[in-house]
Amino acid sequence: MATAGSICLAAALAICLYGIGASLYGARTGRREYVDSGRRAVYALAGMTVVAMLILQLAFVRSDFAFELVATHSSTTTPLFYRLTAVWSSQEGSLLLWVLLLSLWSSAILYLTRRKLREVAPYATAVLLGFGAFFCALLVFLESPFTTLAAPPVEGTGLNPLLRHPSMMIHPPMLYSGYTLFAVPFAFAIGALITRRLGSEWIRSTRPFTLAAWLFLGIGIMLGARWSYMELGWGGYWAWDPVENASLMPWLTGTAFLHSVMIQEKRGMLKVWNVSLVLATGVLAILGTFLVRSGILQSIHAFGASTLGIPFLVLIGVMIGGSILLVSSRAESLRSEHRLDSLLSREAAFLLNNLVLVALCFVVFWGTFFPLISEAVTGEEASVGPPWFNRYITPLALILVLLSGIGPLIAWRRATVANLRRNFALPIGAAVLVAMVLVAMGVTGSVPALLMFAFAAFVLGALGQELWRGVGARRAMSRDSVPAALVALVRRNRRRYGGYTVHAGIAVLFVGVAASSAFQSQHLVELRPGQTDRVGDYAIKYERPTSRLIAASNGRLERIDLGARLRVRRGDGDAEVVDTYKSYFPSMASDLGAISRFFEGEATSEVGLRAGLRRDLWTAVGPDIGRLQPRIDEGDKVFADASDLSEADRGALLAEALRGLTRSYTDDPPPATFRFIVSPMVSWIWLGGLIVFGGAAIALWPAGARARRPATAAGLARVARELERA
Amino acid sequence: MEIVLVLILVAVAVLAISAPLLAGRRVERGAAGEAARADLEAARDAKYAEIRDAEMDYRTGKLSDADWRALDRQLRREAVELLHALDELDGDAA
Repeated sequence: MATAGSICLAAALAICLYGIGASLYGARTGRREYVDSGRRAVYALAGMTVVAMLILQLAFVRSDFAFELVATHSSTTTPLFYRLTAVWSSQEGSLLLWVLLLSLWSSAILYLTRRKLREVAPYATAVLLGFGAFFCALLVFLESPFTTLAAPPVEGTGLNPLLRHPSMMIHPPMLYSGYTLFAVPFAFAIGALITRRLGSEWIRSTRPFTLAAWLFLGIGIMLGARWSYMELGWGGYWAWDPVENASLMPWLTGTAFLHSVMIQEKRGMLKVWNVSLVLATGVLAILGTFLVRSGILQSIHAFGASTLGIPFLVLIGVMIGGSILLVSSRAESLRSEHRLDSLLSREAAFLLNNLVLVALCFVVFWGTFFPLISEAVTGEEASVGPPWFNRYITPLALILVLLSGIGPLIAWRRATVANLRRNFALPIGAAVLVAMVLVAMGVTGSVPALLMFAFAAFVLGALGQELWRGVGARRAMSRDSVPAALVALVRRNRRRYGGYTVHAGIAVLFVGVAASSAFQSQHLVELRPGQTDRVGDYAIKYERPTSRLIAASNGRLERIDLGARLRVRRGDGDAEVVDTYKSYFPSMASDLGAISRFFEGEATSEVGLRAGLRRDLWTAVGPDIGRLQPRIDEGDKVFADASDLSEADRGALLAEALRGLTRSYTDDPPPATFRFIVSPMVSWIWLGGLIVFGGAAIALWPAGARARRPATAAGLARVARELERA
Repeated sequence: MEIVLVLILVAVAVLAISAPLLAGRRVERGAAGEAARADLEAARDAKYAEIRDAEMDYRTGKLSDADWRALDRQLRREAVELLHALDELDGDAA
């Protein structure tokens, strides 16, 4: 099986190299058969990587520990769902996932454009296959997922318990889909620059892929935040970790591109800016991949020590150098066709939005790389923490949210003061009203948070007004009912109203961020059973300790849970039960004792959560296992002396010993450490995320024949007729 | 057995990739003209979208009646210019 997988990867690399040559030769000589052959190489690459991935998946499902990757990232006690997804918890498996997704998305765009973009597509094919060749070469020469072990172990090391969370296992495919989809506009931008075909066609053809990249990367980021909140045991959702930042940077520049490209489509302006943004986004996507894999970062999300740093640096250098060379040599073809008509226009608002997004990206970039640069120059480690990021990000985020309400209120090309007054009155009224109510309620502890609430009210007021007026206009024309008019309005203007929905989601999301950051109450406290702590409005009683042994489907012990049952009461309300526990997964280290290996391996916090729209109560327990240590040591000694026991007897005795150990924890519980957090409106973050993704899906949904009608002969005739009359 | 299957897969891939080459020489003709037409069509569709957006801006109160009529006239004039350019391209091709 492993040999078959290796053959697939070697064939994939050969296919990439051939495809690059064929595409470039076909493009230079005009030989269509070579261009077609190059495109088919992308399909073949997809086929090879799908088979390679299936082989690897099969090995994980069968717990085939002859594969080194399976032995080091899975075990017989790992549940099937996590065995299926454990492939991408490893460096090698995730590289294979990267090239698999790249090949699938590349196949999709090249199939859709097979009769279009005939000059640009061959160069784009070569660029996409160039990425494919790079990743295949890494898999063939440096990080093969098909390395085998001469003496396979009986049991594998198991999947890192921190990754045993549903969102974490979907998070990588989403993130990599985002990264690899951003390779599509990057490749077509390169093709357009080489051929000087810098009109609207390549943008129109790649637009759905750019939006899909933005959507998938956004979902990936949001899932990562959710995982951090639920699994890492610190109660936060964003830590400005370098790897988190790495995924945010291309998302920010991608957001800027999605806005500014509309100006190019409508006015033929900002061509240099747009092509630079899309190239920068492509580079940042690879940079994100580099940060996770190079081993230069210490992060929960990174793959640790690695030999991939230099190859990635070379690739990034080539991408940056090539991009600068191409853009500078095509300055003439990239000249704007029009100038900005007025600073009071949607174009101007979009430009400002672009500057804010790029500034945000720069702040994140500098905060991420400054410690690395500082260490390289001075030899001393420097760290840039959340306070540094918050100092710069907070004002920029406030401006961004405000702009997401201003943009939809201003007309394209030119707005008049009278129209602005008419359109801004209601949203400003909503913002002022919200600010006044909040001040009256005593919410004055954080000025940035107060401003964010007011700005969000402005955005939601603006978008509500837009929707209401749009429905009114629609009804005036069609006499539809309000719901029918709303559906028809959105269907006919998917991009506009999809975008507005995204803006509404962003406002909701930032309300959640502002409230949970500014008004969070947190306690780290040690309690004995029966004792009570107060956090915010909550009285939290540590009722009793809990323990259990969890067996896998094959009967082997998967983990030990030690936890706490809490009784929670808010104000004078009814008491609710909340359970939280810590899971201890056994270590496979051979030098550990039979009992102590269960407490020396990885451990995860399972959060007890009471979530609501107004607030979340987040609880996590840290059991003190120090008091169990003498019994653990004694158990180790007993099992070390009992080497003559049969495997079955040993297993039964071990289970009994562990049951006794956990019973002793619950019978005579030591004090446990608890982290209690009351965070207002955290749920708004997840809700906002869902609204954002819903909006993106609306914008992404293909327009039907009716929506394209103006391009038909009847539409053309109408344009001509009305112009003649004028 | 698996190796044989994978080798068959590789052979199929080689056949699929080389099929266009086996079909014979096909020189790309008129790609530049086609690209120019595609660019113009994209610009025309963007112009139609702009006309629709301007109308939407008017109906949602972001443009006054006079401003919208002036803008609409201008956009439609630009649309006709694009249509003429497309006609010229068709004329050249004929």
